[in-house]
Amino acid sequence: MGKLVGMEVALAAAEAAALCRFEVAAVYPITPQSHVAEHLSDIVNDGRVDASFITVEGEHSALSAVIGASATGARVITATSSQGLLYMGEVMPIASGMRLPIVMIVANRAVSSPINIWNDHSDIMPMRDTGWITIFAENGQDAVDMVIQAYKIAENRDVMLPVIVTMDGFQLTHVVEPINIPDQEEVDRFLPPYNPYATLHPDRPISMGTLGMPEIFPEAQKAKDVALVNSIRVIKEVWDEWERLFGRKYEAVETYRTDDADVALLTMGSMGETAEVAVDELRRQDVKAGLVKIKLWRPFPFEDLKKALKGIRVLAVTDRAVSFGGPGGPVFSEVRSALYDEDVRPKIANFIIGLGGRDVQVGDFVTMVKRAAEGKLAEPYEFYGVRG
Amino acid sequence: MTDKKWPETWQEVNPGCMVFRPGSSSEYHTGSWRAKRPVWDNTKCIKCGLCYIYCPEGCIAENAEGFFQANMDYCKGCGICANECWTGAIKMVNEEG
Ligand code: SF4
Ligand code: SF4
Repeated sequence: MGKLVGMEVALAAAEAAALCRFEVAAVYPITPQSHVAEHLSDIVNDGRVDASFITVEGEHSALSAVIGASATGARVITATSSQGLLYMGEVMPIASGMRLPIVMIVANRAVSSPINIWNDHSDIMPMRDTGWITIFAENGQDAVDMVIQAYKIAENRDVMLPVIVTMDGFQLTHVVEPINIPDQEEVDRFLPPYNPYATLHPDRPISMGTLGMPEIFPEAQKAKDVALVNSIRVIKEVWDEWERLFGRKYEAVETYRTDDADVALLTMGSMGETAEVAVDELRRQDVKAGLVKIKLWRPFPFEDLKKALKGIRVLAVTDRAVSFGGPGGPVFSEVRSALYDEDVRPKIANFIIGLGGRDVQVGDFVTMVKRAAEGKLAEPYEFYGVRG
Repeated sequence: MTDKKWPETWQEVNPGCMVFRPGSSSEYHTGSWRAKRPVWDNTKCIKCGLCYIYCPEGCIAENAEGFFQANMDYCKGCGICANECWTGAIKMVNEEG
């Protein structure tokens, strides 16, 4: 089943889109996503998929182009990073409001200023409320599998929503990892050709992206919210099917050594693997530590999170973005809010880490866990390791 | 969203608010917004058709004599026709009542 290859993750993610036989790609290159754009363009140029590659003048156009293409019934792909994602922001809620199953690869990168091309989550977090299903890859295998799964989720008639698969810029996009690339036949069995709910065609005129007067707008927004909330059922079904066919398990919230844990770390994205090593180190030092990893950010997996945190006394939530002037990092806010109605809930500390590519090492996670366990935190949230 | 003007409940909203009935926007009478109406003085009109071209509602049509007039169901009173008419044949006057 599949073939294990050593491949740069950005290229592998583009290969995954090719296995899904995308028909239109519109991508504007931006570091650290550029290798995705280049490789998609190579794939189209080499005739490996029957697709058009639209060379757009910017990210707003990239997303607008795939919105149009998707509305005609094409399977589409786009990708971006950082300022590019913010530039797409204006059309992001339109893609979801029109219920188009677009798949986008986001190579997470800090947003300016100061200008910084390295990784954190300050680009993806402002997109939280735009109505896209958002899934975080932890490693190259996740990235490949999640791109393929994304089409199956997005195109499900009970979902019909765009999906972002995020992967940390450089830390994932630019590393070469051993990745199992599924065979074309396997992907074809898993993912049938796109059968759209409705399409734009001159011979059969319909209206998409219509005006919504005050008399209908709130109902339309509620319908979109319900669709997003309910999509978790389909996401889990797709992950179950994936496990049956490909043998790799995916969960909205993954846990590592939490069964008897007293204190746990919470991460999203590529730092999960470093945090696992830290948990092993803490266990060697007789600290009952565990790790909770959120893979599904939207729809937020409330029940899975509560289950994962059973018995945890102290939780150290790590954030890789700042909610300036807010209650703490965005992940921290969500997690704390999710637990508000629980009778028994952990004490939560918030560490803002890894901003703009600042390295976070095993020893840092060990320190965070120990500090959180001792309850020694100066502020509701802490910029971990910041000098001064 | 087929026959009714809009759905009663959120459950009835078509995915993405798609509308499957072509031309249904013509049922929305933008003329109800109008505070001023264009009035043509055909003695000044040279039948150039610029008002017809510029009207953002597309509600100006040519009549049998080759003059132009607006459909008041859709004319929203923006005044673009009056602004563009180079002979000054169109005046915007206040709607009364
Ligand atoms: S723009 Fe003025 S002159 Fe030209 S057709 Fe219209 S009313 Fe007549
Ligand atoms: S006022 Fe505006 S909408 Fe009305 S006819 Fe003139 S250009 Fe058209």
